[in-house]
Amino acid sequence: MADSKALPPPTPFLKTSRTDAWWIPSLLTFLGLGFFLVYGTWAILVGKNYTYGPYISPLYGLELWGDSPHALFGARPGFWPAWLPFTPGIFIAWAPAGFRFTCYYYRGAYYKAFWADPVACTVGEPRSSYLGENWFPLVMQNVHRYFLYFALALMLVLAYDAVESTQFEDGFGLGVGSLLTMMNVVLIGGYTFGCHALRHLLGGRADSLPVGFKGACYDGVSACNRNHMKWAWASLFGVLFVDMYVRSCAMGFIPDLRIF
Amino acid sequence: MPQATFRISRGDSATHSEFKDYAVEISEGMVVLDAVHLVQMVHAPDLAARWNCKAGKCGSCSAEINGMPRLMCMTRLSDLDLSVPVKIEPMKTFRRIKDLVTDVSWNFRVKEKIKKFKPRPADNADGTWNMAQRDVDRVQEFRKCIECFLCQDVCHVLRDHQKHDEFIGPRFIMWNAALEMHPLDTDDRLKELKDDNGLGYCNITKCCTKVCPEHIAITDNAIIPMKERVVDRYYDPLGWLWSKATGT
Repeated sequence: MADSKALPPPTPFLKTSRTDAWWIPSLLTFLGLGFFLVYGTWAILVGKNYTYGPYISPLYGLELWGDSPHALFGARPGFWPAWLPFTPGIFIAWAPAGFRFTCYYYRGAYYKAFWADPVACTVGEPRSSYLGENWFPLVMQNVHRYFLYFALALMLVLAYDAVESTQFEDGFGLGVGSLLTMMNVVLIGGYTFGCHALRHLLGGRADSLPVGFKGACYDGVSACNRNHMKWAWASLFGVLFVDMYVRSCAMGFIPDLRIF
Repeated sequence: MPQATFRISRGDSATHSEFKDYAVEISEGMVVLDAVHLVQMVHAPDLAARWNCKAGKCGSCSAEINGMPRLMCMTRLSDLDLSVPVKIEPMKTFRRIKDLVTDVSWNFRVKEKIKKFKPRPADNADGTWNMAQRDVDRVQEFRKCIECFLCQDVCHVLRDHQKHDEFIGPRFIMWNAALEMHPLDTDDRLKELKDDNGLGYCNITKCCTKVCPEHIAITDNAIIPMKERVVDRYYDPLGWLWSKATGT
């Protein structure tokens, strides 16, 4: 096909003729995802200060077992080995983490920012070999739709947590934490309902697009999908922010402001 | 009249090339192709550059301007920093013939290998078909392609890893999508897409979408939907069972 001897040699690593600040998007991605990875891992493993009053950190919902009143099945389960530190977040966090890890947007972003494959368009790469997503381990990214099923189920849990965040000890109310929890549902909803795999499963897979209610759902998902990157970042930092708020309240750093 | 300097890559092969600076007078409303024509007129009549419509519709004047694949006729000088020389190079993914002209015939050979459109029998007695407008709109987006091959040029699988023998590039994944999504088409191209055309090489950098002068959402509307169809068939055992059980 193409005579590779007639083609210019590959551009050396980080070399490019680009004159713009091409490194900024990848640097921001590296810092943003890196911070979330470090903070999120710590927040899940620390296993405390994740609830305050009616609020629960989104990193811990759905709480299957745990010490808080939000726990579905009560305290630490009997099957949990005594020598292994217990944290309620471990039972659920893998699902949204896997959903984001295998997400088409995030894949493109972290291949660039963490693997320099490439760092930015038309910028030289560090490796001459390339396998893409053809072989193990990256062929496993095709499992994305299975994580989507869990993510959709967790949307119900987040919605339930948002309703619960208005149930204070003295009855129905609204606090800053309630508003943040609701905002979190909207942001994660915008991200989850804009998923490429969901768009495909809702009708993109067929040569004739759906009509009626299913067609409206497909159009709605397509609309979210057009801003998938923005939803991805907004929801990621939304989760972080709500966790930090609940944690700060629980640790007594800030008071929770009640609106009524 | 103000002047600007254009640093143009000259040469007739990948290994024998050099940058030469040309200063030309510029005026309001000029695009890079105008500047290249001025260089040809004033300084270098032997400078080779391919162009045709000068309206962003023929896809002939593809080049790399300050390192980014762009159409020379659609790149306004007012959008560039003219305080430093503007660098103009040929597309790196293809063999250079001379100066800014590259041999893009590889693309046409790739296209020939893709199964042609194979419509179902006509729906009506007069030999016509019925199609829903939204289905027409979906594939019509891909028809906007002017085959400038900027997406092929920017794709690192071709550009840096030179997998021309294993990967057909974003332009032709999109061509496959246009045929695969066509409600009248009856042929199947998924096996070839996966095994022969290297769909799995795409790691979704979205560079192709970024440089498309027709603003086609190549990655979101063509490549990822094709990846998902491949998942349907080869990587989704539960989906396969569901299809068998429901007959869908």
